Amino acid sequence: MKRWIPGTALLVAISVTAACGAGGREEDEPAGSTVGITETSIKIGGHFPLTGVAAPGYSEIPSGHKAYYDYVNAQGGINGRKIEFLVKDDAYNPTNTSQVTNELVLNDEIFAMVGGLGTPTHGAVVDYLNDAKVPDLFVSSGSLQWGDFPKEKPFTFGWQPDYEIEGKIIGDWVKDNMPDAKVGLFLQDDDFGRDGEKGVRRYLEDQIVAVAKYSPGNTDVAPQMAQLQAAGVDLVLGFNVPSYTALSQLVSLRIGFKPKWFYSNVGSDPALVGSLLARFSEGAVTDGASMLDGVMTTEYLPGVDAPDDPWTRLWQKVWDEHGADGELTNYRVYGMSQAYTFVQALQAAGENPTRESIVAAIEKSGASFEGPGLAPFRYTKDSHLGISGLSVLEIQKGVGKALTPVLVTDLGDAPIEEDDSAARDAPPENGLPNVKPAQ
Amino acid sequence: MQQLLTTVLTGLTLGMVYAAFALALVLIWRATRIVNFAQAPMAMLTTYVALVLIDAGYSYWLGFAVALLSGLVLGALVERFVVRPVEGKSEINAVILTLGLFIVFHALAALVFGSRFRSFPAPFGLRGFQVGDTTIALTGFGVFTILAVAAVMVGLVLLFRGTDLGLRMRASAFNQEVSRLLGVKVGRMLTLGWALAALVGSLSGLLIAGGGLVHPSYMDGVVVYGFVAAVLGGLDSPVGAVIGGVLLGLSLSIVSGYVGSELVPLAALVILMAVLLLRPGGLFASVRERRV
Amino acid sequence: MSRFLAMPTTRRHLLLALGALVVVVLVLENTSQFRNAQFAAMAYYAIAAGGLTILTGLNGQLSLGHGALMAVGAYTTALLLQEPDSALPLVLVLVLATVVTLVVGALVGVAAARLHGPYLAGATLALAVAIPGIPLYFSETLGGDQGLRVRMPDIPVWLDDAVYFVTGQGLTPTRFLAYLGWLGVIVVFVLLANLARSRVGRTWQAVRDDEVAAELAGIDLGRARVLAFVVSSGCAGLAGGLLALSTRLAAPSGFALTLSLLLLSAVVLGGLGSLTGALVGAALLAFLPQVVTGFGADLGLTDVQAAEIAPLIYGLVTVLVVLLAPAGLAGGLRKLIHWRRGT
Repeated sequence: MKRWIPGTALLVAISVTAACGAGGREEDEPAGSTVGITETSIKIGGHFPLTGVAAPGYSEIPSGHKAYYDYVNAQGGINGRKIEFLVKDDAYNPTNTSQVTNELVLNDEIFAMVGGLGTPTHGAVVDYLNDAKVPDLFVSSGSLQWGDFPKEKPFTFGWQPDYEIEGKIIGDWVKDNMPDAKVGLFLQDDDFGRDGEKGVRRYLEDQIVAVAKYSPGNTDVAPQMAQLQAAGVDLVLGFNVPSYTALSQLVSLRIGFKPKWFYSNVGSDPALVGSLLARFSEGAVTDGASMLDGVMTTEYLPGVDAPDDPWTRLWQKVWDEHGADGELTNYRVYGMSQAYTFVQALQAAGENPTRESIVAAIEKSGASFEGPGLAPFRYTKDSHLGISGLSVLEIQKGVGKALTPVLVTDLGDAPIEEDDSAARDAPPENGLPNVKPAQ
Repeated sequence: MQQLLTTVLTGLTLGMVYAAFALALVLIWRATRIVNFAQAPMAMLTTYVALVLIDAGYSYWLGFAVALLSGLVLGALVERFVVRPVEGKSEINAVILTLGLFIVFHALAALVFGSRFRSFPAPFGLRGFQVGDTTIALTGFGVFTILAVAAVMVGLVLLFRGTDLGLRMRASAFNQEVSRLLGVKVGRMLTLGWALAALVGSLSGLLIAGGGLVHPSYMDGVVVYGFVAAVLGGLDSPVGAVIGGVLLGLSLSIVSGYVGSELVPLAALVILMAVLLLRPGGLFASVRERRV
Repeated sequence: MSRFLAMPTTRRHLLLALGALVVVVLVLENTSQFRNAQFAAMAYYAIAAGGLTILTGLNGQLSLGHGALMAVGAYTTALLLQEPDSALPLVLVLVLATVVTLVVGALVGVAAARLHGPYLAGATLALAVAIPGIPLYFSETLGGDQGLRVRMPDIPVWLDDAVYFVTGQGLTPTRFLAYLGWLGVIVVFVLLANLARSRVGRTWQAVRDDEVAAELAGIDLGRARVLAFVVSSGCAGLAGGLLALSTRLAAPSGFALTLSLLLLSAVVLGGLGSLTGALVGAALLAFLPQVVTGFGADLGLTDVQAAEIAPLIYGLVTVLVVLLAPAGLAGGLRKLIHWRRGT
């Protein structure tokens, strides 16, 4: 009598579980995913380093996005929809990026990810976003993996000039202007540094005498600077985040290392680096920005050091009306410029955008978007790469002085050409783009 | 040649800071037989206090003094109210307690002060000294570091050997029962021991921060290196802590310069295991480890 | 009820396991994908916490390095899945990850067997900080700072159909991982519970309570300690493999010192030596951060600040538990039950 109790319990358990079940399965065809979109709103999101070693500078980018979207919403939104932008902090830590992306996609159910920041961080989630068919637009990083693999990653698009073409243009300039310099590379030890190195080596293979790499978690760069100094380097090319620009300057001061410096665009904002440096010493570094005098870098957007540029005037107006605390900085300009491109993409996707249609729209008409970028986008069916060029400049007293005109190129052996057609695009009157829906 | 000199000088300066931290750990161990793993976040908190003052416009030295003072107070409070109930009881509980404190202080700092990386000033300049036409990697701040730690050590030696108070503290650490019988207020001595240790810890926190970036996790590595230095010299020996610290700083600097900075924690682990397995009492042990 | 308790240990544990399986299926099928992901996290935390609670609670060895052991499991899993069309079934990959971590755990355990209290804690702390540096050094094979991506293999079609037949819903990767994780929890907990009640478990407790007496009784201290370490390392390795699959990444940043500390505090909260406690601790680790962040946002804190409230709570509760209730939540509950029964 008592023996069959466990057996019955087992049977009951299985039946209960099975009762939730069903018979065969039907296949259903999705017409086009409208997750995150309603008649009156569209929800997008992104992961950014609001804290951590990459936060100085980069943490301001989402505030630029928000200000521009508020500006657009105040004028009625796009096709009657207001844009809601969710920002999550990943502290530049790829494990966190995975978690917050999970939250954004599964819990918050965003329509698209816009501007996800960081090469190591976004690299951790790009495959997931493509598997889940979430549009992954305008990644805030110049790695090639966002744009050069449209077959494997159809939903992902780059935005800024990739590190390889930046490296090419830098390498070409150095070869022409400093052919005898001994070049040392200061690289972040991930795809960011690797892509930059690839571009530079195309032109400077013979001139490179030392390569020093750092990990973003470790703020002691003395060994790297000592290594470059020991190799007798005259010119350091740095592909690093802004904190490491400040750190490399500081350590070099300590060990008496005085090369010429060339920092890639993402690490070189003078105002930010200056403020980081200014605090470091009570006597030695009074004016942090002046430590960057003579430092070279590249640029592809008009910034706050050109206040009369029509785009800068537009951004200033947007910031004054809708910005959060603080001044307009180059990082906020970056954010607003990205937001501008997203709005263009949304317009191109038509009255009733779906996740698939916004991707198709960028491929069809992205290359003709007119915006603040100094060079045009390269979006086509075969390439999801972003802005195609930049100009080289030298920083003097916190302001960039252009050394070259806008130089445009592409990956591999594509030649470098001067092309400033896009640089002359002016913003529309009301500050909103007017892109026709793509056909 | 310059690289070797740079490596040695960096190692020396860093080693002095580890020595200070190790000294703090040794002081607490001698007094209460507890390893205070929370010493690192405590030092981080006091450094943030200094940063707040400096941000508000006050001089570096005021921030410095206030940080040391708050270290004193923090150490006393922690001992009296949190650690006292577990003194003398299960070892595991005490360790878990200090680890819990580690997490609490970490989170508090991030909540109250924010997790951004902030730069921390350093007095006496950050340029290396010029000798002829080479620059040695010793800055004014580096010299200050070495002198400050040395001064603190001399001060402590004088306190323990030369004053009545020091004698009472040593007695309380050595044998609580007998000291009580002799009229020593043991509880107060233990609190004072923790307070002094926290002061030394705060000093090391300030010295590490100077000329670098401060964020809630910046002292986390130091708790490991300080512990290794303390074990290297012998947890019972303050002199050992200092020598252990300097030796460790030099070794790690050499590993960092010639092998790779990623392997520095691994090198520290190897050194620790070597010491624990070969000479468990450390280089200057006075008490033998029991063997079962 | 007393008849249930009087059953032989193994049978009782198996029945509990079966009941747990039913509960798992019911819960996972009826919650959203996001919750499934959280349950998957709870599963791997539970496995790691289970191993750690046995090590520290039963055998008295305090390890601060279990985060590093999870890293070993995670990296092994990532390396085995690097080929896009890897022929290895997922279960085999996880088993291999567990085995590799077992071996590493044996090495560490042998070194650690002679250490006590704070020395052991310090050595395992150094381990926790040292291991994440290794992938940074060997950045070509081990991915460096940005880590190795983990591409989860496709779910076998027969499994997908079988689950649909039973439950009426398809099997998403998230849900599949949650099932895998909880299956792991059930298997591991049955094994650990049996071990704890067996002669081996009693040996471990003897070593913890009085070394001299244990040695006099003929117990080989070193072997007992190493065995406990090895078992708990295996758990950590399996948990690490599941972590790698869930976060789709094995990177040094995922195994910082805080992971080991949080694991320890979860185990203390639940009660050292109690598997139920390990479940409680794991639940807190998986679910508390989101709850608390929402709460913090309501209080007006930024997202980032609110995220710090969860560790603050863990730390505070750990301190309080040590001071007031060293037996943890599960122990406190047990005392409460006994007290009620007594009166």
